[in-house]
Amino acid sequence: MSPHGNPEVPAGAAADVIRGARQVPAGSRTPEPADPAPTGPAPVQAPGSPAAAPEPAAWDLWEVFVRSNRGLSHVHAGSLHAPDADMALRNARDLYTRRNEGVSIWVVPAEAITTSDPGTKGAFFESPQGKDYRHATYYTKSEGVKHL
Amino acid sequence: MAQHTTLSPPAESSLDADAAGLLADAQAEFDRMMAEDSRIEPRDWMPGAYRKTLLRQISQHAHSEIIGMQPEANWISRAPSLKRKAVLMAKVQDEAGHGLYLYSAAETLGQSRDTMMADLIEGKARYSSIFNYPAPTWADMGAIGWMVDGAAICNQVPLCRASYGPYGRAMVRVCKEESFHQRQGFEILLELSNGSPEQKAMAQDAVNRWYAPALMMFGPPDDDSPNSKQSMAWNIKRFSNDELRSRFVGMMVEQVKVIGLTLPDDEIRFDEDTRTWQHGPLDWGEFQEVLAGRGPCNAQRLERRRQAHEDGAWVREAASAYAAKQRTKQMDEMDQVA
Repeated sequence: MSPHGNPEVPAGAAADVIRGARQVPAGSRTPEPADPAPTGPAPVQAPGSPAAAPEPAAWDLWEVFVRSNRGLSHVHAGSLHAPDADMALRNARDLYTRRNEGVSIWVVPAEAITTSDPGTKGAFFESPQGKDYRHATYYTKSEGVKHL
Repeated sequence: MAQHTTLSPPAESSLDADAAGLLADAQAEFDRMMAEDSRIEPRDWMPGAYRKTLLRQISQHAHSEIIGMQPEANWISRAPSLKRKAVLMAKVQDEAGHGLYLYSAAETLGQSRDTMMADLIEGKARYSSIFNYPAPTWADMGAIGWMVDGAAICNQVPLCRASYGPYGRAMVRVCKEESFHQRQGFEILLELSNGSPEQKAMAQDAVNRWYAPALMMFGPPDDDSPNSKQSMAWNIKRFSNDELRSRFVGMMVEQVKVIGLTLPDDEIRFDEDTRTWQHGPLDWGEFQEVLAGRGPCNAQRLERRRQAHEDGAWVREAASAYAAKQRTKQMDEMDQVA
């Protein structure tokens, strides 16, 4: 028997809690890494599957976020492959919380994440130049005054 | 969604002035990051050779973790006590996890996981030569933990500062988990060393057999390691093979005394001039042979990996089928609600 029980009868794990919270889009997505490398060579498919039977399409990539303790934010821990959200959550538990690293896990389809473009750094992020007044250290006249 | 400027080097013929200018800017930015000892992230432009080097190193590292499960997994059912069995299972599970962290990091460079897995099974990919040596006795579990994991830690701690962000982050996680591996190995050897004369002899035999292969884990000597210099210029590697090896020898020299065994090397000495630990000659011919696939266990390890992958096919199929079924069920429920 598998250590995590029969997949037909979910073991009442965290996976159940979020069931229904997210509707997983039907259909297979193209397998792509979390951070598709814009300059990378196109992934080369291995000629011929090593196994005799044809393998099912590659599983989607999920990004994993772990809340290490109550009161703290979920922080990106890494990524993994899974056929759906429930199994992504179970895999995330096994892969990223073997030592009590978390009290809560989020899994997010990697392709659902929109990121800013590192190439447009200058244009996208407002320049802090000449905007010292957004920081408390800009205001010096209050030096020596208590509780200010 | 933001569009990404593609800056891959185009063919010479189509290299117009604009593209050449963009490429030069990108290279200058990359060089500046290297000079500042900053980190490169997956969506940043990077030279093709940097990407290729990283992909090779990270995927080989991942393969090593996965193949590295085998010598110890073999001993889980033969462990001398329930405690040792539980420890060994946790350790082997960690190795699987380390492999997965590293495959994830490699994927960010544009290689699919399935391709990497297939390359390993088809014998196209390399992994650490150390895992092609047999583990015939229980004392080997001690020697592997203490020496092999010890050498791995020496290698991996500086990799936490590797210039490629995802690799460094994976290594931080790996290193945190790895230290228990070495300590449990140390304890196995210590216990055997303080046991019966036969147990002590078994421990010494294992240390004798793993000593040279463990030292060779750091790779060829510096003057015979063509890629090292470039890797160091790219801030992937922080110390040379010989520097790390010397550091490791120094640690073992002290630790083996606590265990009550000896290292099978009469030539170990601390060189006052270079402030480094020196050791006896290593058989690099053997290293090359094992790396080329002609070690004692290469065929066995790959065959076992292939078999495990094929045996797991039904699990992957079942998981996919279950996911598809759940999706259909959810869709039906949604339809009913609507």
